[in-house]
Amino acid sequence: MIPLSWIFFLSLSLFTIGIFGVLARRNLLFILISLELMLNAVVLLFIAGSRYHPTSIANSDGQIMYILILTLAASEIAIGLSLVIHMYRQHHHLDIDKLNQLRD
Amino acid sequence: MTYYASLLSLIPLLPLFSALILLFSKPNKLTTALLAVGSISGAACISLFLNFVFWQQTDFVLTSNLGNWIKIAQLHINFSLYLDALSLVMITIITGVGALIHLYSIGFMYQDKDFKRYFTYLNLFVSAMLFLVLADNLLLLYLGWEGVGLCSYLLIGFWYQDRDNNLAANKAFLMTRIGDTAMALGLFLLFIELGTLNIQDLQVQALSVWSSSNNNMANLCCLLLLGGALGKSAQFPLQNWLPDAMAGPTPVSALIHAATMVTAGIYLIARNSQLFQMAPDVMYLIAFIGTITLLLGASAAMVQSDLKRILAYSTISQLGYMFLALGVGAGASAVFHLMTHAFFKALLFLSAGALIYSLHHEHNIFKMGGLLKKLPIVATSFAIGCAALASLPFTSGFFSKELILEQLIDSGHTNFWWAAVLGAFITAFYSARLFFVVFLGDSKQSPDKQPEKIMSLVLLLLCFFSLFGGIQPSGIQTLMPKLNASGLTTLQHWLPIVLPFIAISLAWWMFKTNLFGKTITVPALQYFHQLLKSGWAFDRIYQVIFVSPFKFLCQLNKSDIIDLHYRALEKISKLLHKKFSQFQNGKLRCYNASLIIFCVLAFAWFIKGALMS
Repeated sequence: MIPLSWIFFLSLSLFTIGIFGVLARRNLLFILISLELMLNAVVLLFIAGSRYHPTSIANSDGQIMYILILTLAASEIAIGLSLVIHMYRQHHHLDIDKLNQLRD
Repeated sequence: MTYYASLLSLIPLLPLFSALILLFSKPNKLTTALLAVGSISGAACISLFLNFVFWQQTDFVLTSNLGNWIKIAQLHINFSLYLDALSLVMITIITGVGALIHLYSIGFMYQDKDFKRYFTYLNLFVSAMLFLVLADNLLLLYLGWEGVGLCSYLLIGFWYQDRDNNLAANKAFLMTRIGDTAMALGLFLLFIELGTLNIQDLQVQALSVWSSSNNNMANLCCLLLLGGALGKSAQFPLQNWLPDAMAGPTPVSALIHAATMVTAGIYLIARNSQLFQMAPDVMYLIAFIGTITLLLGASAAMVQSDLKRILAYSTISQLGYMFLALGVGAGASAVFHLMTHAFFKALLFLSAGALIYSLHHEHNIFKMGGLLKKLPIVATSFAIGCAALASLPFTSGFFSKELILEQLIDSGHTNFWWAAVLGAFITAFYSARLFFVVFLGDSKQSPDKQPEKIMSLVLLLLCFFSLFGGIQPSGIQTLMPKLNASGLTTLQHWLPIVLPFIAISLAWWMFKTNLFGKTITVPALQYFHQLLKSGWAFDRIYQVIFVSPFKFLCQLNKSDIIDLHYRALEKISKLLHKKFSQFQNGKLRCYNASLIIFCVLAFAWFIKGALMS
């Protein structure tokens, strides 16, 4: 069995990559993808937690969380993508450094 | 009785409606005159009729309720009118003299382009004054009180293009306002103390609540009311607005600043006489102030050269007589003097108006002279007015002034009596001086037009009243306690009768030797002359005591110290706004970064907390 710490490190590195993507990327689409990556890192932790949990009753909790987060991610990405498409139609680019009209 | 009550309510309402109609419509001159004079004459007819009805009765009371005004908790104020002997006398004077002056004004103001505005104000004034004297509670009285103050302001500044007139109007308004503030405070205090503002209830309540005499609260209340009366009636120390108030048209001076409005203070004290009886100290103060004012006004009138200013100062001094009478508890004789004074002072002012009208708005008496033959009617009415003012025997002024003097002796105030007699002497002296300088001697200027017929008619009517107004003081007789002249010594009886003649002879001698109007060479005398001419320099004193320090403080506080605090608040919030708005720069990555940095820091802090414990 793979040790839990390995999965922890995997999840942490995935999360950091996600953060890095959110901070460094200028394209809105890639930021959304990075966000998904962060979500998946968290979900991975849940799954690992449920697998390695000692008692059998709490076994399924992590998997239920996984289903919930998956649904949330799906609906979130649906709204996010539709907004992105709309934005692209208006501005013909997705550069967030230039998309700052909401400031005023 | 309801029939009479509705008649009573018509008296103040007629002029009010007429004023409103004039305010909101554009009638021609004839209609304006008809409406204005008609309404006042109607009111005068009704008051004469009421006089006739209540001729024999002594303690009649007629009330009329026009509706609710204020109704909060135990405060019930109605638009109620209350007529008894005192207010009947007052409304007769106001409507009677008012109607005559309105009539006169048609002639005097006919050439003026603001004919309608003039009559609107005048009607409004008469209405407010009638509300003042007919009010059955002090709040309604205060409404009328402020109404007459407003109209007085508007009419003094009637020729508003001239800056001096506006300044005079402001002065009159502000000076009376000082008194009005005191009076308003008095009303509040009275309501708190006695729980009512109804004048009749107040007198009853005062008797029961302030049972012990020399009650401090009674003194305070009466003092505050007295403050209002002092301002309105131009008494010391608030007297110096009245001479400047002569900037208005002359009929206005006659109606407002001589015959009616300035008597409001007298009326207030006479109306609340029982209240004032509870405060003997204040009564003494009233007598004292009256004495000061009558001497001050009379002495200032001696040296004036402006025709209307002489009359203004004489008004101040005659009002002083009324206050003196009120102060020694002779309210009835004060009101009697008020009535005769209204007649002869209206006559004097109106004939002065006719004189000014005929002489191209000339006010300086030393530029007139020898007008006896040229303006016979004006001269006759002036002579009668001056005689009544000097209280020559058998004129109306004689009866009322004698009555006041007798009551001074009766009440044991001999020192006040001497002061009043001295005042009478000076009064006779300056009236004689006025008449001699204007109408006798060399002719210096000839009139270019005779006064209008309607003006002469009014003058003749007022001559009649000034001569015989003192003989039948209807209604007042009922107010008067029975006199016993036995208390007078021979000197006290004859001195006031003889003195005016001595004064007139003195004035005649001085006139013959050309002493009037001569430039004075002795420096001390010159200084004294200047002092008297400026009305004992009260304007200067107030300038030094109140106006200059106030201006100085304003200068100091130019940057507004208190306001600086609020401006600092504004500056701080602006600064904070600038700082914080830098966070909102519209860059999504900055937001993300700050969010993450915060989360990391919060997490670190949390872990640190967990490790430490």
